[in-house]
Amino acid sequence: MQHINWTALTVFLSLFAFITWLGFASAHWRKGDLDLLHEWGLGGRRFGTIVTWFLVGGDLYTAYTFIAVPALAFGAGAIAFFAVPYTIIIYPILFLVFPRMWRICHKHGYITASDFVRGRFGNRWLALAVAVTGLVATMPYIALQLVGIQVVVGALGLSGDALMGDLPLVIAFLVLAAFTYSSGLRAPASIAIVKDILIYVTAVAAVIVIPLKLGGFGKVFAALPPEKLLLALPGPGTTGAYGAYATLALGSALALFLYPHVMTAILSASSDHAIRRNAAMLPGYSFMLGLLALIGFFALAANISGLSQYAAGFKQFGTNFAVPALILDSFPSWFAGIAFAAIGIGALVPAAIMSIAAANLYTRNIHREFINKNPTAKQESQIAKYVSLIVKFGALIFVIFAPTQYAIQLQLLGGIWMIQTLPAVMLGIYTRWFNAWALLIGWITGIVAGTWMALAANLTPTYPLTIGGFVFPGYTAFYTLILNLAIVLVLTPLFNAMSLARPAADGTPADGHWT
Amino acid sequence: MIDGKKRPNGWSWWYLLFVAQYAVTLWPPLYNRADPYLFGIPFFYWSQLAFVFAGATLTAIVYFMTEE
Repeated sequence: MQHINWTALTVFLSLFAFITWLGFASAHWRKGDLDLLHEWGLGGRRFGTIVTWFLVGGDLYTAYTFIAVPALAFGAGAIAFFAVPYTIIIYPILFLVFPRMWRICHKHGYITASDFVRGRFGNRWLALAVAVTGLVATMPYIALQLVGIQVVVGALGLSGDALMGDLPLVIAFLVLAAFTYSSGLRAPASIAIVKDILIYVTAVAAVIVIPLKLGGFGKVFAALPPEKLLLALPGPGTTGAYGAYATLALGSALALFLYPHVMTAILSASSDHAIRRNAAMLPGYSFMLGLLALIGFFALAANISGLSQYAAGFKQFGTNFAVPALILDSFPSWFAGIAFAAIGIGALVPAAIMSIAAANLYTRNIHREFINKNPTAKQESQIAKYVSLIVKFGALIFVIFAPTQYAIQLQLLGGIWMIQTLPAVMLGIYTRWFNAWALLIGWITGIVAGTWMALAANLTPTYPLTIGGFVFPGYTAFYTLILNLAIVLVLTPLFNAMSLARPAADGTPADGHWT
Repeated sequence: MIDGKKRPNGWSWWYLLFVAQYAVTLWPPLYNRADPYLFGIPFFYWSQLAFVFAGATLTAIVYFMTEE
């Protein structure tokens, strides 16, 4: 077992102490009445272009991403780089769709996607479906952030028997829970600024220093086995790795903005212009993610898993240990402390936003819709604060007691489920032609088919779709979205002809949809 | 368009730049090759990192051309 790295631990703890203070202090930042849900849960919609850049960046590019993307490159090679096209093509979607979404939500006081669907289609069951999908997909995502913390804590040498080994994670969790409860979305917004600076420093240093140590990029890539260097050429009768690569990028991009935490960060912007500007500025993070993916190849070239001092870490965390091990191996301890703090704090930011988003969903779209129809503003924000605690606590229990693999698999399924809300949410911004019941049937069909396909593919993201002997391996979420859309397009005219419960009132009449 | 003003979020031909972005980044045969290398990095990797900048630039162009 490796020993505790005291220098790295001291740096790590100092930075953690700093952001803890910052998290509590940010309650006073652009001060608002935190007894109002939109103040606690959306930061009062007061974040301008720059803060939104940090907040959305801290939200989309999570700690788990920083661990998992290089880990995938380390384990599977070139296919992991799909994260780069994925994070390129999300921005046209952000630019085109979400300023419009922001205007509608701002005008009607909506704080969740489910609020929007409720107003647009006037069907509480469809809104409930959107809310539940968001909640279920978010939980394993929070758990994965805690897994990210576990990995860096393990790399600092803090491992022990069951309870002692989990103690650092529990402490990090308590810090996270406390400042989220007291400061709401303002806390991750201010911490995101610190986190992003640390991550940029780490990524740039890693991309400069490590290749120099390994003898230059040429040597790094020459050391890679050919099957990991590039995508495999598709054989006859299949689109092979090409189809998988493109559908993974496209499907992930389409699903991303449907996640509640992403919606929360976008809706907290102060204007639709801030969102449009960010679509051009946020690719800065995509570039960094690409650099970080390269670190997985550095780890491969350095044969980091072959070094005996990291064997225990790889045994415990699998390929997720590749990045921390390479950092320990390449940098002085104090810098490793900064890098690990970047990852650890990078877990707290999205975890806080995710728990706030889940709390908003539960409070607005389940509690207020089905349990207490007329809460006072104060009751509403109090419920949200409690729910944010429950959600995080659930994730913590899950991470401590369930194998990490479960969280990863649930996160995979979560993406497949989440994308099924696309017709109601993203297309709903442009049209209310769709029949709400058709949307609901499309949603459930997509979820059932997607779950079945994912299980048939042994819980891997791609399913070998076969049509007339030709095989199209592709992202299950993408295929099932097409199925979902087809059902909605067939059933909508059918249901409308039967005049099946088309709501008379549109809660969003003046927002210029197309039909 | 009747009153001579642009409809908020109406169609703009500049959005075709986004289509170009999708067509290139989602077509792996275009960039799945090692040559030419740049600073020892295979084309597959550096070209996609370059697409990030190209994408951001195109988005910025669309922003300035469609901003009221």
